[in-house]
Amino acid sequence: MILTAIRVELAKVFSKWRTYIGFIAMGVLIPIVVIAMGIEGSAYFDFATQALQQAFTFTGNLMNGYTVGYILLGMLYVHVPLLVTLVAGDILAGEATGGTYRLLLTRPLSRTTMVTAKFIATLLTTNLLVLFMAALSLALGTLLLGTGELVVIRSQITILAADDVLWRFVLAYGFAALAMTTVSSVAFLFSSLVENAIGPIMTTMAIIIVFTIISAIDIPMFDHVRPLFFTTHMQGWKKLFDDPIIWSDVFISGGVLLFHIIACYVGAVVILRRKDILT
Amino acid sequence: MPPIIQLRGLRKHYGDFVAVDGLDLTVNEGDVYGFLGPNGAGKSTTIRMMLSLITPTAGSIELFGMPLTTHRNEILRRIGAIVERPDFYNYLSARRNLELLGRLSGADVSRQNVLRILDIVGLSDRAESKVKTFSHGMKQRLGIAQALLHDPDLIVLDEPTTGLDPHGMVDIRRIIIDLAKEHGKTVLLSSHILPEVELTATRMVIINHGKAIVEGAVQDLLNNGRLKVTIETTSVASALDVLRTSPFADRVQSTGEGAVILSLDREEVHAATQLLINNNVHINGVIPVRSLEEYFITLTQEVA
Repeated sequence: MILTAIRVELAKVFSKWRTYIGFIAMGVLIPIVVIAMGIEGSAYFDFATQALQQAFTFTGNLMNGYTVGYILLGMLYVHVPLLVTLVAGDILAGEATGGTYRLLLTRPLSRTTMVTAKFIATLLTTNLLVLFMAALSLALGTLLLGTGELVVIRSQITILAADDVLWRFVLAYGFAALAMTTVSSVAFLFSSLVENAIGPIMTTMAIIIVFTIISAIDIPMFDHVRPLFFTTHMQGWKKLFDDPIIWSDVFISGGVLLFHIIACYVGAVVILRRKDILT
Repeated sequence: MPPIIQLRGLRKHYGDFVAVDGLDLTVNEGDVYGFLGPNGAGKSTTIRMMLSLITPTAGSIELFGMPLTTHRNEILRRIGAIVERPDFYNYLSARRNLELLGRLSGADVSRQNVLRILDIVGLSDRAESKVKTFSHGMKQRLGIAQALLHDPDLIVLDEPTTGLDPHGMVDIRRIIIDLAKEHGKTVLLSSHILPEVELTATRMVIINHGKAIVEGAVQDLLNNGRLKVTIETTSVASALDVLRTSPFADRVQSTGEGAVILSLDREEVHAATQLLINNNVHINGVIPVRSLEEYFITLTQEVA
């Protein structure tokens, strides 16, 4: 029954225009950025490394597909949450808005099954978007700009050999999928509480903004709560481009995100099981 | 054979507001059961509790002899329902809506079967149209189609003719009668439109303020109580003069063209007509207009 319910939910999700907004946005934005980087990438790279150029000399094809993929992953991290909440925020609240809970919940499937099917449909949609983003940015980047070393500038400069990069991208996008799934799960939880999809989308984005600001402000009183915010760990993908990778940090960040996903799912199940359908 | 529906002491309150107050109800197989009450009487809340959309505060619900709390899925597999407004996935076609909903009910969702059901409700020519292009009446028909798709034993129709034009109402009534007579379905018909119940139901309950006021066979209930009669006459003025000085003076409720309308006990009908005849008022006919509507209003006003 759960497989039937998932198929039904996916059919509904992919019949809605809003589901394709994320794919269209990625499909337009990524080629523009890759082409722009191909044309003016050197100037961008010089600007990004201008403080270092007095001490270092950079040679080779450094504005390559991997560099663009890395830049895109960082840039899109800000915008993709909005795109994934478009589906996640609507998937339960949309049933309340449309009055279709009455149709859905008078079928012979338990509420837990229904919520689980919707949750899985949300996760699949979210991960499909991240996969699309990964495939498009890496494929287009390497096709137009070739491959080469990846220069990562964080608290230290890391130069990764060309043959040491691709597996890191695979893991980084895997981590990105986990982070975006967390965002979807938060929107999903809010979607179970309200009867309008705008609420969960706005609330999730507001939480991301507030938590990100708190995470960024270096005030000691936030030190204890900062590690609990999922937003603190969403940037954990960057640790996969350190050399060596500190795996314990990666796993802790992944674990915190996973905990949020499970908590949001359980929360949504409990809420829906107790909810009186009055719409 | 256990009753198809058996509600015992069903109660639902929201804070201090009591929506359903200790309701008992029994519907047997083959009944077209009218569930009547004014707006806000608790009909939809009761139906939502029966369909597990709302959790009762107290009481028990058994359908097909099984408690809803422990056999929910088994019970819902045998019920087709429309609950209030006919809302659908507006971005999908009528056929696609039925296909997806039917899958969840374990129905035969082959194109042929879906089109057959759409044909029953007169929508086969709009099968591929998106529901957002449908009128309210078409959505009501689609609502009945989705309730029938998995061939349920019990069909619950909550206000199925609300918002329909007269043709639509006649069509829905025809479908309800066919479901019971031709297909042997048990139907629970909730409505505040009384002729709908009068013309289709075999048994009924009237509820108000969440409580059952009266329950029984429709014909039995209609034959009790005070009648309203239309006395057709060519001399309305004379008839009114006579009646207004008679013991029936306060029962002359209204007059129409060529008619006087009186509210009478059944045994008073003869006396009233005889009085008019004795006073040389020519009577063309005496027609009872006592209806379920009158009965319903009387009952609900008494309880209020």
